[in-house]
Amino acid sequence: MATVQTRDQPGPGRDLLAVLAPLLRPVSLLLIAAAVFLIVGSLTSEIFAQQTVAGLAQGAVFGSLALALVLIYRATEVINFAQGEMAMATTYVAYQLIQWGLGYWEAFFATLAFAFVFGTLVQLLLIRPVQHRSTIAVVIVTVGLFVLIDGVVGWIWGADIKFMPSPFGQQVYHLGGVAISRQDIGTFLVTILSVIALWLLFQFTKLGLGMRAAALRPASARLVGVRVDRMLALGWGLAAVLGAVAGLMTEPSQFVLQPTLMQPVLIYAFAAAVLGGLESPAGAMVGGLALGVFLNLVGQYVHFVTAELRLPFAFFVLLVVLLIKPSGLFGRPRVRKV
Amino acid sequence: MTALLELQSVEARYGPVQALHGVSLAVEEGSIAAVLGANGAGKTTTLRAISNTVRRTGDVLFAGSPLGRRGPEAIARLGIAHVPEGRGTFAELTVWENLRLGAYTRPGSLGADAERVLSYFPWLEDRRHQQAGTLSGGEQQMLALARAFVQRPRLLLLDEPSLGLAPVLVTEIFRIIRELNQREGLTVLVVEQNAHIALQLAHTAHVLEVGRVALSGSSAELRRHEAVRRSYLGY
Repeated sequence: MATVQTRDQPGPGRDLLAVLAPLLRPVSLLLIAAAVFLIVGSLTSEIFAQQTVAGLAQGAVFGSLALALVLIYRATEVINFAQGEMAMATTYVAYQLIQWGLGYWEAFFATLAFAFVFGTLVQLLLIRPVQHRSTIAVVIVTVGLFVLIDGVVGWIWGADIKFMPSPFGQQVYHLGGVAISRQDIGTFLVTILSVIALWLLFQFTKLGLGMRAAALRPASARLVGVRVDRMLALGWGLAAVLGAVAGLMTEPSQFVLQPTLMQPVLIYAFAAAVLGGLESPAGAMVGGLALGVFLNLVGQYVHFVTAELRLPFAFFVLLVVLLIKPSGLFGRPRVRKV
Repeated sequence: MTALLELQSVEARYGPVQALHGVSLAVEEGSIAAVLGANGAGKTTTLRAISNTVRRTGDVLFAGSPLGRRGPEAIARLGIAHVPEGRGTFAELTVWENLRLGAYTRPGSLGADAERVLSYFPWLEDRRHQQAGTLSGGEQQMLALARAFVQRPRLLLLDEPSLGLAPVLVTEIFRIIRELNQREGLTVLVVEQNAHIALQLAHTAHVLEVGRVALSGSSAELRRHEAVRRSYLGY
């Protein structure tokens, strides 16, 4: 039988160290410090608590769109510039379904199904033909898709503002002195649940394992029988589903639906994805939440950052991350494959 | 005995560079065959031509029928497990996920295969949650063998299993390959630079020189062969 020596014999002392080691990394310490800061702040100030909760809700939306970007970046090694517009288009589909008389949640799930098919078709029809040429070719196709979707949505639904009901209503709960809207809670829960569902799919199903293998090591994946091309198409489908969730959850916070719905959100999602590390799904979510809370707190306490400066401020975050730690919070500096 | 695998004047090229100039060889069912040769002789390309991971012409017959233009995924599903150069480890995934990928094409999960694979590689049990990229070279080679074994292949293609490993590990790995062959009846085609150990392991061997089969025969014959001795065994 095999006589390979296992080097690190587990002992009681080593076990404890092994458990604590991930908590002692700089990133973890930073996140723990941030969490402590938010909790202490929320306990001392009601306004602070309110802004934090609202920031988490917005941040979850940024995070889910950022996660869509990361999924595609890992599988196809490009940023899908059309991700936000795809999300916007699917939100219009939900609007149309509701107009036709469907209930909100029926329309919601029908839209997710539509988004899945839509994302898959985008990969099959537009991305796959150019994928083997160059990265820049794929990027240009996604930029073209951005323009195309904008045009088609404008052509079908017109550029005027549409109104869509919020699924959560306008109620506000009071927890001590802190006012929390049902809207924020709903947004946060729906987004986080979709992300968890996706995580379960990737972590615990054979299909998810195949998709991860196809994205990480396509050549090796083929040799164990994974149909890599199919997996990439499914990956685009799932990314579009996440985008659709982001779109549907963005709409009620803006109260109106218009073709520019997702453009600012896409910028926030870029910043979130870069903050978390473009290769890291967990990073995208953490980056999104951090950015959402950060922007809200800055907007509250730093007086020159008004609503108009929120977007430039997100850009500023993006720039700082790229200058100080280009691989983001969770990314590892990557050695380029030759 | 019948040939499980047959290559009939297979040619392959990387862009303008032709790597194989008509390779013909056969591997009997239940045997271990070795492909020997110097760097750049076309050993790796021969395996890649079988799994269709290089552009090739000529016929590759598996169990009597041509593989034709089937892609690597389809060839893997036919029962050919190719452990490529670099071992095909999914470095970012855990040890156990690497094994589960071996069973990817079958319905259900690892199941009974887990026990069988652990009887050959018991140490995998303790490492199941470890990231595969953090294993040592020898462990990764064994993991690659384990993953390929889980694929339940009829034919196992191994690319330089001894590469970069300490001699004691090479012996260990070749012992396991022989065991898989004897106990499970697995047919193996192994590419090796280390002619010494390859000729001890294999029943038959083929010597490649610049993209052609220069010599074929039983291992015993080749060990005695004057030119092989001088060029590859060094005495």
